[in-house]
Amino acid sequence: MIDTGFTLSWIDYTVMIVYFVFVLGIGWALKRYMKDANAFLEAGRSMPAWVAGLAFISTNLGALEVMGMTGSGAKYGMLTTHFYWVGAIPAMVFLALFMMPFYYGSKARSVPEYLKLRFDEKTRGLNAILFAVMTILASGISMYALAILMEKVLGWNFHLSLVLSAAIVLGYTYLGGLSSAIYNEVLQFFIIVIGLLPIVLLALQDLGGWSGMKEQLAPIVSAKGFAPDTWTTTWKYTGSATANPLGVEWYGIAAGLGFVLSFGYWCTNFLIVQRAMSAESPTAARNTPLIGALPKMFIPFLIIVPGIAALVLLNKQGSGFTLPEISPGHYNYDYTIIALLKQYLPAGVLGLGITALLASFMSGMAGNVSAFNTVWTYDIYQSYIRPLTKDKAADDKHYLFVGRMATVFGVIVSIAAAYLASLFGNIMDFLQTIFSMINAPLFAVIFLGMFWKRTTGHAAFTGLLSGLFVALLHHGLTVPEGAATLVKGGWIANLHTYPVEMAQNFWTAIIAFSVSAIVTVGLSLITKQKKTDEDLKGLVYVLTPKVVESNVPWYKRSSTLAILVLTIGTILTILFW
Amino acid sequence: MGIDIKFPIGLMFSILGLLLTFFGLITSGDTLLYSRSLGINVNLWSGCGMLVFGLIMLFLSWKSRKAKTS
Repeated sequence: MIDTGFTLSWIDYTVMIVYFVFVLGIGWALKRYMKDANAFLEAGRSMPAWVAGLAFISTNLGALEVMGMTGSGAKYGMLTTHFYWVGAIPAMVFLALFMMPFYYGSKARSVPEYLKLRFDEKTRGLNAILFAVMTILASGISMYALAILMEKVLGWNFHLSLVLSAAIVLGYTYLGGLSSAIYNEVLQFFIIVIGLLPIVLLALQDLGGWSGMKEQLAPIVSAKGFAPDTWTTTWKYTGSATANPLGVEWYGIAAGLGFVLSFGYWCTNFLIVQRAMSAESPTAARNTPLIGALPKMFIPFLIIVPGIAALVLLNKQGSGFTLPEISPGHYNYDYTIIALLKQYLPAGVLGLGITALLASFMSGMAGNVSAFNTVWTYDIYQSYIRPLTKDKAADDKHYLFVGRMATVFGVIVSIAAAYLASLFGNIMDFLQTIFSMINAPLFAVIFLGMFWKRTTGHAAFTGLLSGLFVALLHHGLTVPEGAATLVKGGWIANLHTYPVEMAQNFWTAIIAFSVSAIVTVGLSLITKQKKTDEDLKGLVYVLTPKVVESNVPWYKRSSTLAILVLTIGTILTILFW
Repeated sequence: MGIDIKFPIGLMFSILGLLLTFFGLITSGDTLLYSRSLGINVNLWSGCGMLVFGLIMLFLSWKSRKAKTS
């Protein structure tokens, strides 16, 4: 445990309070627009592209992401950028250009509802229930992660920080629904960037810039048994799995991370897609992921580079920098970001840095809660519990009420999940494994559904289930090296040992995707398509009129933005090859 | 949904910017406080940066409101 003799001063608290006032104030200002469920759950489809785009990236920049990726910066160096460049950009461009027209153009209000329109009720039901449960648990886990950090490092009361941060998120999402979550995500995006920027600059200044840091890294990295520049390159040492700390070769990274995991996450996760679906026009909806991709590419410099600096500081005599140890010599890298805040930031900007962490937590949690209440209200409650009636005015009022109650319920269950996580430490790893198992088959099914009109409902449903089943089976039969618990795998038998956990996750996803795709294609060929071409209009590629962008000025076209994003992505990849 | 998010963002960063600039000014020369940040008065720098960002956002918000009314 890090010493807690680390007190904040009045200026730090003032910064935090100003932020809280604005966050709640935005919710308050939006309250009067919340007249029906559409306004509350879908933001009335009125967001400008830049707002939706920044919210898109901000909701993904949750506390677990910031803490985890800084830690990964220390553990794997610039190789962590694979999660940003190859592991996000192609998927975001694909979502924007090829999938948003169907999500936005169909009358679907959520990803599960798209599945209902494209396939059938059972496919929607399966996805809606899995998504609702997982989203709420995820929000609870990030809440736990943040509260434990605040307790261990700042000495704040665990229960108090948990309940207080949840109450603020509840406050603004209850008042202003999805619009409030989205507007706040934009504000949070800026506070995260501005709050964390001083750490990067000071750390680099301290270590003599990028080249100075590289020089000091060389002996540390060599001592770990890797080539001296492994931590500052991305693809150079991916020729063999043993030459880089990720433990995965280039094709595992390209197929597992660059294709299955990233497309599974960015293209099917309603939490993300919901932001783009709230955009004001079809063009804005397509531009949302592209505008989000622009800052996304530079986030590694904000959160991975400080992690790398932390590794140097850890090994530097007299730096005074330390992380708590799990066992002698094994550091708990989750604390990297907060240890850096403590290392470099004096009162004032320190409050700003902590506010940035709180903001990242809130953007993640509000994203989860606002996606949960939509799926709950439309896909579960309206579908199975109380269908629409003829009285539109009464319905509007009723579903708005249900949406609000789902928000309260979601936050309460999140708090419960946070306590569950505090009782069983492994639940965190366990759930992250389950997420990757759900997303990969879902991507296979949605992809086939969008681009192959023959895909049938029975095939999609069986494809989802079989992908999930095979993922569980693979996880049960393989183990990452040094796994101490069955949560990491091997709970059936141990047929294969992976060098690191990441490799196991990649292959779980690749296998789940492949099996799901094969089963869906096979069954589609032998089952009868119940939907007519007319039913599938707007849902399937060949049956939907192509998007025409000729009335949009060239610089606002999705194709222009996509080229810009891909060019910058390629340049960054080459620079840090 | 009728709010322009540039306005609250601009206002918040202007307030935080003023606050940190002020704090940076009154603590300038406090070598103990700034020993962590390598002797750099980060409050002053961050404060000025945020103030500029906040004012730009306020200006953009004012401009788009003017465009809407005319």
